[in-house]
Amino acid sequence: MITIDRVRKEYRSATGTVQIGPVTTDIPSGGVTALVGPNGAGKSTLLTMVGRLLGIDEGAIEVAGYDIASTASKDLAKILSVLRQENHFITRLTVRQLVGFGRFPYSKGRLTRLDEQKISEAIDFLNLDELEDRYLDQLSGGQRQRAYVAMVLAQDTEYVLLDEPLNNLDMRHSVQMMGRLRDAARELGRTVVVVLHDINFAAHYADHIIAMKEGAVVEAGPVARIMDGEVLTRVFDTPVQVVEGPTGPLAVYY
Amino acid sequence: MRVTSLVVMAVVAICQAVATITFQTVTNNRIITPSIMGFESLYTVIQTAAVYTLGVAGVVALQGPGQFLAQVAAMVGLSVLLYGWLLRGRYANIQVMLLVGIIMGGGLGAVSTFMQRLLSPSEFDVLSARLFGSVTNASAEYLPFAIPLVIVATTLIWLNARTLNVIAMGRDVCINVGVDHGRQTIYSLVLVSVLMAVSTALVGPMTFFGFLVATLTYQLAGTHDHRRLLPLGALTGFVVLAGAYFVMNHVFYAQGVVSIIIELVGGTVFLVVIMRKGRL
Repeated sequence: MITIDRVRKEYRSATGTVQIGPVTTDIPSGGVTALVGPNGAGKSTLLTMVGRLLGIDEGAIEVAGYDIASTASKDLAKILSVLRQENHFITRLTVRQLVGFGRFPYSKGRLTRLDEQKISEAIDFLNLDELEDRYLDQLSGGQRQRAYVAMVLAQDTEYVLLDEPLNNLDMRHSVQMMGRLRDAARELGRTVVVVLHDINFAAHYADHIIAMKEGAVVEAGPVARIMDGEVLTRVFDTPVQVVEGPTGPLAVYY
Repeated sequence: MRVTSLVVMAVVAICQAVATITFQTVTNNRIITPSIMGFESLYTVIQTAAVYTLGVAGVVALQGPGQFLAQVAAMVGLSVLLYGWLLRGRYANIQVMLLVGIIMGGGLGAVSTFMQRLLSPSEFDVLSARLFGSVTNASAEYLPFAIPLVIVATTLIWLNARTLNVIAMGRDVCINVGVDHGRQTIYSLVLVSVLMAVSTALVGPMTFFGFLVATLTYQLAGTHDHRRLLPLGALTGFVVLAGAYFVMNHVFYAQGVVSIIIELVGGTVFLVVIMRKGRL
């Protein structure tokens, strides 16, 4: 479980000071948890703070009982992995070498047979086997995104945090990506936390939804509770109706 | 004499190649060189100030192992101060550090130019010979001090090569796999500054040599792995430097202008790379 306790963060942006929190919420172990909300609600900020890419001003975050501020970063790297939306990539790197970086917490760059096996599993899991020897700059944006997700899966951590993994992906690849993430949660027993923009993707693939607005958590719970016209209207400040679709509840907002 | 020159070339090649590749990895930028961090300007200021205050005797006063080590220490001290100040704390940012480094370099350069204006022509002549990087500037008595420093710094960088591979991926990936990005950055930059200081104090400024060698190395190696890039870079540096000296001394019989040629070629490659990439 990830416990977020009265976490607060202030930072300056072009439009003035932005304040996140105080946020208190729990992210349950297992399954897929989606963070949703309007732009600027603080979803990505909260996710990157849990992933220790961004410091916290006040409060505490615990992942599986380890306080992220006081636990050594190299130990956390075996419990928690985090992937940002945009990643700097170097050209002379193949997909397999990139995925190999996910094993750094275990082998410090000297790949063992076990590491190679984990790398192959992650590559196969994201259907990258035909691309594994290609250089990153020879891939499309969507393929590169999959390669990065394979890297964090190869890291073999219980918790996997992904900031907008569907960014730049078309409909087919978005569906495949979410399907693989749900499989990672169900088959591999990972806890996957994703920031999503599309509420309908969250409704279909996630098990839990945390809705944020103006730097605070306004609703959190199982999908069935959040997928409610009145709740979503309040979160997104725009009229939303929830109808029963062929595969589950659908939010209609246009 | 020849053996000394070859050893000096090897030391300079290793220093410049390893320092530039490491610097470019840590700053995530393949078109800058550690020279812009003010090493050369500081060297120029020290040399100019010595001639300015002591006249031609100043050049002599700066020779000797003690003075060599003092210059290395001053240059390393300056950069450690800069990194320690600008890479820690809340708004720590490598871009700000580079900018401050460039501005300090510019400021020190202006101070040197001012002092050079006030020199007599003969003093200026003596000084300018010291301000062009040249293997003949180095005297054999510095080598027993320079070589151990270079061996220690390159060994430490080499042992860290696998971590450098991760640092090249950027801060977020670093933290994700548990590498302390801030500490590793400062550690690598301090080692870079030792190498640059030794090279500059030994032979004088060589602005584009490191850049030229690093760019060639990336083309030749075709890999991201620093365990290959670093040794290949050192070899490339030696070939470029020794090759340039051979051509200038034995084909054109023009001694002493070698670094000018390297700077010319290096500067041209620099422009071509910028034009082709179309961005910084």
